[in-house]
Amino acid sequence: MKFIDEYRQQDVAKHIAKKIAAAVNPERSYHIMEFCGGHTHAIFRYGVQDLMPANVQYIHGPGCPVCVLPMGRIDMAIQLMKTEDVILCTYADMMRVPASGQESLLKLKAAGGDVRMVYSTQDALNIARNNPQRQVVFFAIGFETTTPPTAVAIKQAQAQNIENFSVFCNHVLTPAAMTGLLESPEVAQGDQVQIDGFLGPSHVSSIIGSKPYEFVPQTYGKPVVIAGFEPLDVMQATLMVINQINQNRAEVENEYSRVVTPEGNRKACALVDEVMTLRDSFEWRGLGFIANSALKIRPEFSQFDAEQRFACLRDSAYVIASDHKACECPSILRGVKKPTDCSLFGKACTPENPMGSCMVSSEGACAAYWSYGRFRDTHSTEVNCA
Amino acid sequence: MTAANRFPGKLNLRTGKVDMSHGSGGRASAQLIEQLFVKHLDNPLLAQGNDGTVFPSPGEQLVMSTDSHVISPLFFPGGNIGSLAVHGTVNDLAMSGARPLYLSAGFILEEGFPLADLNTIVASMAQAATAAGVQIITGDTKVVEKGKGDGVFINTAGVGVVDSRRQISGERAQAGDVVIVSGSMGDHGVAIMSSRENLEFETTIESDSAALNGLIADMLATEADIHCLRDPTRGGLATTLNELAQQSGVGIKLKEQAIPIKPAVHAACELLGLDPLYVANEGKLICICPAKQAQQLLAVMRQHPLGSDAAIIGEVIEDPHHFVQMETAFGGNRIVDWLAGEQLPRIC
Repeated sequence: MKFIDEYRQQDVAKHIAKKIAAAVNPERSYHIMEFCGGHTHAIFRYGVQDLMPANVQYIHGPGCPVCVLPMGRIDMAIQLMKTEDVILCTYADMMRVPASGQESLLKLKAAGGDVRMVYSTQDALNIARNNPQRQVVFFAIGFETTTPPTAVAIKQAQAQNIENFSVFCNHVLTPAAMTGLLESPEVAQGDQVQIDGFLGPSHVSSIIGSKPYEFVPQTYGKPVVIAGFEPLDVMQATLMVINQINQNRAEVENEYSRVVTPEGNRKACALVDEVMTLRDSFEWRGLGFIANSALKIRPEFSQFDAEQRFACLRDSAYVIASDHKACECPSILRGVKKPTDCSLFGKACTPENPMGSCMVSSEGACAAYWSYGRFRDTHSTEVNCA
Repeated sequence: MTAANRFPGKLNLRTGKVDMSHGSGGRASAQLIEQLFVKHLDNPLLAQGNDGTVFPSPGEQLVMSTDSHVISPLFFPGGNIGSLAVHGTVNDLAMSGARPLYLSAGFILEEGFPLADLNTIVASMAQAATAAGVQIITGDTKVVEKGKGDGVFINTAGVGVVDSRRQISGERAQAGDVVIVSGSMGDHGVAIMSSRENLEFETTIESDSAALNGLIADMLATEADIHCLRDPTRGGLATTLNELAQQSGVGIKLKEQAIPIKPAVHAACELLGLDPLYVANEGKLICICPAKQAQQLLAVMRQHPLGSDAAIIGEVIEDPHHFVQMETAFGGNRIVDWLAGEQLPRIC
């Protein structure tokens, strides 16, 4: 497959692995946080860790849109379904995320709730067009990558007067999450989690560019290398982070230059800016409330804002929901703990029966670790597989 | 009395629709059976026309299997629910080394379903049964109210005979065996997804839906000691191998590069965020056999049209955890786990 296979070649991987092995200083360790779930998924799916020296460790970051959405927001969507006759459209992974009281949208659907899995905002708009007598709410989640299509849908709904369509906006901002993470006590004090550098967001950066991360090296002295989601991207970017660390440099570099520019996609950013504006504060799972870290729909488009249409979705109705008390998702999202540090991992919590959001999405650290990597903790690797 | 005067007029197979009377057991039911089902499926055993069909005992060990089909959409590139319902049960029988002989067919029809579509589906069933060398010898039809079905559901059950010396079973895989697949993985699932509402995309991929009893007969003729045969349907290769590893109490080690996957299937999966190892097949089999007999079996499989892309994709190893592991094409290792829930597309 052109433009894909080139970035998955074993011989190139071995070549970069050799370079990394030669570059690392055996006297020290390298703790590199891959920010996005897409990176985490690639690392586990392709076995990238197997090609790394033992002193290069990946710390899985919070960049999984499903994982960081707090349970309180899902509770709101469930409350909406229970009190109003609406069709709720959402991306697939959201269906299985546990809400309070062991509920989920999937369970709600099984009980008769009209929840539709969509691939794009256009599908949701079509559902609204085809069901003019019913309220259709799009449960919008995700980082900057998924925000422009939501903005497009709102503009289309306005232009075509699709009055029964509205958006429950939960879009969040990546740079704010990085600040939240770097300011969290465990990371800031460095006593519980050491981060030497970041593999920076891939698809998100195609929208916002590489400039918004400048504060990370400037304020926190940590290197950032924007990395694509293919395994060779991850390896090459890892080498670039290691080189920066070795040279005592801290800059934003761009490995994913075939897609990401310093300025990003200005048209998409302008569109988002036209339709949405900053929320004062938004709760993140694992990172708590972070100021100016999420978007809401501007008053000019309030006609399509589900929060304006349904009282149960307003900020005033928000209730902070606590995760299962043994669930370590919050610590895992900050890189403080590994999936295997959680007492529920692989026992009460599996992809079939997730207790926390990190076990739901294939981009979640727990799901990736469980689905692709758990053989590393057993004796089975000692079996001669030749 | 002839058919012409037993029923008031002829069943309208052009614009007619299924209605509740077709499932009532009355005259409309009889007309549907005679002018649609029997028209296509006619054979001397079915023609007995009784509640149960009497058939001669083949005098060997019998194998029985059943499979219900609830697919959406009903028509897809390379087949429809009718051909699929025949292939599904024929293959389930054949996977125990049996020669499939007879099928039953139970239809649950939704009120309002076009008779023209039903006619096409039953014609496909007849064609698939003839090609597979089996007869549909008994059937049943029920009609549910509009909104309580999804057009048509079909259950088929089948009976076959198996040589009592054969011991093909999911618990027989042992360390040192090799894993063979009969061809490319994921074709059926991608063909289905390409024609699903909201997901329509253009692809040249057709479903691989096919009866595998002919291929298996050739494999059995080699007298190789085949330990396991299974068709990787729902959940795909990954899930089926996990079932076998669990059942046999072994581990399996795959080589990603050896697994045949068509570029178009790969591309579609890439686009949809799916893993082809978890995508369904309806005309492929997994064979586990001793390493020393693998090449002979592979050669025979490759001579059959349904096994021309057969390949050895891995081996059975000792592993107390019963993991299916894979050496990735990239050069790393990973687990190939059970499918969790439905395979859902990723968000970004």
